[in-house]
Amino acid sequence: MAAISREEVAHLARLSRLAVTEQELDLFAGQLDVILQAVARVGEVVAEDIPPTSHSVPLTNVLRDDVEVPCLTPEDALAGAPDAEDGRFRVPRILEEEA
Amino acid sequence: MTDVTRLTATQVAALIASGEASATEVAQAHLDRIAAVDDRVHAFLHVDAEGALVAARAVDQRRASGEALGPLAGVPVAVKDIVTTRGVPTTAGSKILEGWRPPYDATIVERMRAAGLVMLGKTNLDEFAMGSSTEYSAYGPTYNPWDLTRIPGGSGGGSAAALAAYEAPLAVGTDTGGSIRQPGAVTGTVGAKPTYGGTSRYGLIAFSSSLDTPGPCARTVEDAALLHAVLAGHDPRDSTSIPQPVPDVVGAARQGATGDLTGVRIGLVREFSGEGAEPGVTAAFRDAVDALTKLGAEVVEVSCPHFQYALPAYYLIAPSECSSNLARFDGVRYGLRVGDDGAKALEEVMSLTREAGFGPEVKRRIIIGTYALSSGYYDAYYGQAQKVRTLITRDFTAAFEQVDVLVSPTTPFVAFPLGSRTSDPYQMYLADLFTIPTNLYGGPGISVPCGLSEGLPVGFQIMAPTLRDDRMYRVAAALESAVGTLTPPAL
Repeated sequence: MAAISREEVAHLARLSRLAVTEQELDLFAGQLDVILQAVARVGEVVAEDIPPTSHSVPLTNVLRDDVEVPCLTPEDALAGAPDAEDGRFRVPRILEEEA
Repeated sequence: MTDVTRLTATQVAALIASGEASATEVAQAHLDRIAAVDDRVHAFLHVDAEGALVAARAVDQRRASGEALGPLAGVPVAVKDIVTTRGVPTTAGSKILEGWRPPYDATIVERMRAAGLVMLGKTNLDEFAMGSSTEYSAYGPTYNPWDLTRIPGGSGGGSAAALAAYEAPLAVGTDTGGSIRQPGAVTGTVGAKPTYGGTSRYGLIAFSSSLDTPGPCARTVEDAALLHAVLAGHDPRDSTSIPQPVPDVVGAARQGATGDLTGVRIGLVREFSGEGAEPGVTAAFRDAVDALTKLGAEVVEVSCPHFQYALPAYYLIAPSECSSNLARFDGVRYGLRVGDDGAKALEEVMSLTREAGFGPEVKRRIIIGTYALSSGYYDAYYGQAQKVRTLITRDFTAAFEQVDVLVSPTTPFVAFPLGSRTSDPYQMYLADLFTIPTNLYGGPGISVPCGLSEGLPVGFQIMAPTLRDDRMYRVAAALESAVGTLTPPAL
């Protein structure tokens, strides 16, 4: 049984904000199916009582006092932006036209 | 004058310290070498000749003024193009960052600058460090200096090839699933993945945050240790950086170079010592194990039964983290923006930008990661993979109660021909079969050349407990003293 269908790949691409082409959908569906079937082996050994490890270093929240420190200038921060206006990032419009 | 490009970093540093050569002359010699061979090797995406010469002259001036400088002052270094460098183009091998000049340096770059290392430029890589062959770079592949029809490994193929082509004596890589060690193995160079958290990730363009580890690439073990010592150490800007002293890796390498391993217990990973590797790789590996025995090491077989699940677990965890990390490439604050004609809304512009900016392997992994993290599949995939990570860590802990280090071949096969695995992604993933367990566990690993198979280099991997990077350097240097370094054919 296929683990992942062409339609599912299209759905996942939409969720991932990837406008994949028809050819890519055909290619990825086959490849992802092979990959997912291979990686599904992780389920073979895992018992309920095994705790998950997300990270090899124990993580704690790192907090610091809220004091001003030197940081990027607005010019530096905007230097790599695709578009800027009045010292701010200019983004494409957020709202769709009403249907 | 000696051809300085053929010297090790240690030798170059000595030449500069003695005044026989200036840092400027050394930098120029390497820039000349790059100009002579890199059109065939394509190790570099960007050569910063002007920046290198400015940095080299600064070292010469500091030395002339009597300032005490670090052991690598004036030595050139190449930096994988996924590490941010202030004002110097940084692309991560992707079209989505073409032309981007970061406004800041990564911590490891700051440290190299402070130590007087001279950055020659940025090296090629698989896009966002996703790949095992450097064929997934958006700017074309790098070619293995041993055989220009073959891959130089990945994702840090550019850094490794720069060393093997004598374009740089040192390079920096990042290792998420083997991307320093695997290119080291197939180019006959040394590549070390430090303990996770031992080197700062601040300023690395994130791929898989719980695994990414920057580290040194060199032509000798001592050179790698010297660069390791510059890169490593706690960084308060990285919450995963470990606030503990760095072990004396340089001392350990020098101790190992004496060729005495008396009292060292070496564990052969039973599951990785034979099956799955090419016969020539296995033969070279076994000869190296014999060489270690002759140096006084006690070699025992150790079982790590869950290592066989490391590859599947990795290919769920890494894509999951990548799908999250790469969400920042949305065409808003930096990089590419496609389709912003005033008629399209943000979401559509974002999708078109990411479609145009990302290559096939990145898209595959983003989709796999989105799938593995999605409701209904999380427990079956990502959750299970995290549990496998626990089992692998337990395997390592149990093994290191019996032995000081674990060893295996670095890769199952020697450098394969370009294009031979790109149509079958899972076959490509097998290149990292032996390197991935250490990333999931977080411990250090190093690849050191141990011989040839079919005329191509074979790598020997040494894995050590977390924060015991010194142990692997000792064994690696001892092996190097026994089998020697490899010299690639002339380009």
